[in-house]
Amino acid sequence: MTYQWDFTPVLANSGLLAQGLVNTLKVTGTALVCGVVLGLALALLRLSPRSYLSWPAGFVIEVFRTTPPLVQLFWFYFALPLLAGIEMTPFMAAAVTFSIQSAAFFAEVFRGGIVSIERGQWDGARAIGMTQAQALRRIVLPQAVKRMIPAFMERAIELMKTTTLVATISYADLLYAANEISQKTFRPLETFTVAALIYFVVITAFSLAARQLERRLSVSGESTVR
Amino acid sequence: MSILGVSGLTKRFGQADVLRGLDLEVAPGERIAILGASGSGKSTLLRCLNFMEMPDSGTVTLDGKIVGRRESELIQVRQRIGMVFQQFNLFPHMTAIGNVMEGLRTVRRFPKAEAQARAEKELARVGLADKAASYPAHLSGGQKQRVAIARALAMEPELMLFDEPTSALDPELVGEVLGVIRTLADEGRTMLLVTHELGFAYHVATRVIFLADGVIHEEGTPDQVLVHPTKERTRAFLASHKEYSLQG
Ligand SMILES: Nc1ncnc2c1ncn2[C@@H]1O[C@H](COP(=O)(O)OP(=O)(O)OP(=O)(O)O)[C@@H](O)[C@H]1O
Ligand SMILES: [Mg+2]
Repeated sequence: MTYQWDFTPVLANSGLLAQGLVNTLKVTGTALVCGVVLGLALALLRLSPRSYLSWPAGFVIEVFRTTPPLVQLFWFYFALPLLAGIEMTPFMAAAVTFSIQSAAFFAEVFRGGIVSIERGQWDGARAIGMTQAQALRRIVLPQAVKRMIPAFMERAIELMKTTTLVATISYADLLYAANEISQKTFRPLETFTVAALIYFVVITAFSLAARQLERRLSVSGESTVR
Repeated sequence: MSILGVSGLTKRFGQADVLRGLDLEVAPGERIAILGASGSGKSTLLRCLNFMEMPDSGTVTLDGKIVGRRESELIQVRQRIGMVFQQFNLFPHMTAIGNVMEGLRTVRRFPKAEAQARAEKELARVGLADKAASYPAHLSGGQKQRVAIARALAMEPELMLFDEPTSALDPELVGEVLGVIRTLADEGRTMLLVTHELGFAYHVATRVIFLADGVIHEEGTPDQVLVHPTKERTRAFLASHKEYSLQG
């Protein structure tokens, strides 16, 4: 059996695919940025010696790490409007879900990075009169972040692939666009092959850039962040 | 008139009573060598003085004023008491001069140029003007410790604490660090020094104290404590120490 590959119908719809890619990157980017900021906050709460801070943070982290992303997405998109009267656009629901989910993941990465810094670094910082916050910002985090880069990368890649779930709430991401094109053109093989290729190219480019950054940091041995 | 006073200081970790009501008065210009067996609480004592470790009870008095427990107050106190660690604790992501400038910039909010000028001066004082741009990973142990001393001095402390500053060094690097400490001694700085370098203690300290059972077990001039100790435990400690240093 020979299948006649024909990519022209797909290429004719490249505008749709491009828009889909932009939407995918929008969700991924938003979730990464919000996830990092929120994740750091969660990690700090989790590390707090006060149990009324660390316990709730730990709970949120565990819930979002252990439940399926699709369930979380449905919950925000379908359940929140019913329960709390909060209506969300598909983009908002996707952004919120993946931000919090990434935050839960990044929180653990941050926590691991922070506790991996030797006690002596805190000592050195505190001995010259730094506050806890100054020691964290100037001394501990810059070193911890360097150790966290591989985990961040991994998560970013994972996240971009997981965002394909947003197609289920009719958000026009890359996969959603591909699905539409395949139904319109009756060329699912070609369409999904092209979609996979786009994911491959974008993610590979991203990993290469990240690896480059990692190498630069480890060659200089140190980085000075101010 | 003492610059630092310690009264009834206690500290316990879990089951272990490390300090049991220790009293100490330090006069300006005094250089006190602190001796004691491993685990006798020498580090804990120093760390309680600048509240890196919270004493369980007792008071620490700085310049006649009892130090409270508010974080803002402790931050002030730590700037007035310089501390040098056995493991240096330099910041590896900053250059030598970056390490020395850090407290001035972040804690004292010095303008950059001013912090840099002060840091250069402190690095020159410890003989490392030419290593300003080096990262700690590219410095020898002795150089690292000298940067750490410069970092502490940059804050212009009234009092310096040294916790076994040469114990992590290769023997051939001990001299350069002791040399710097010696210079500080000659400038008349007040310092507390935990050390196993008995010869250095003998020549540089104005007073030697021997810790045991969480209190000062014996104290006096270097000659009294190191050469003519009266207490049995002090003698035993010195004997084991001399034996060890002969073997080493
Ligand atoms: N943060 C801590 N938590 C629990 N126990 C501690 C802590 N710090 C010190 N200790 C214990 O307190 C005792 C005294 O420790 P400390 O470090 O003050 O002794 P030291 O005289 O400095 O000993 P060394 O000569 O080995 O440096 C030891 O038994 C040690 O295990
Ligand atoms: Mg010690």
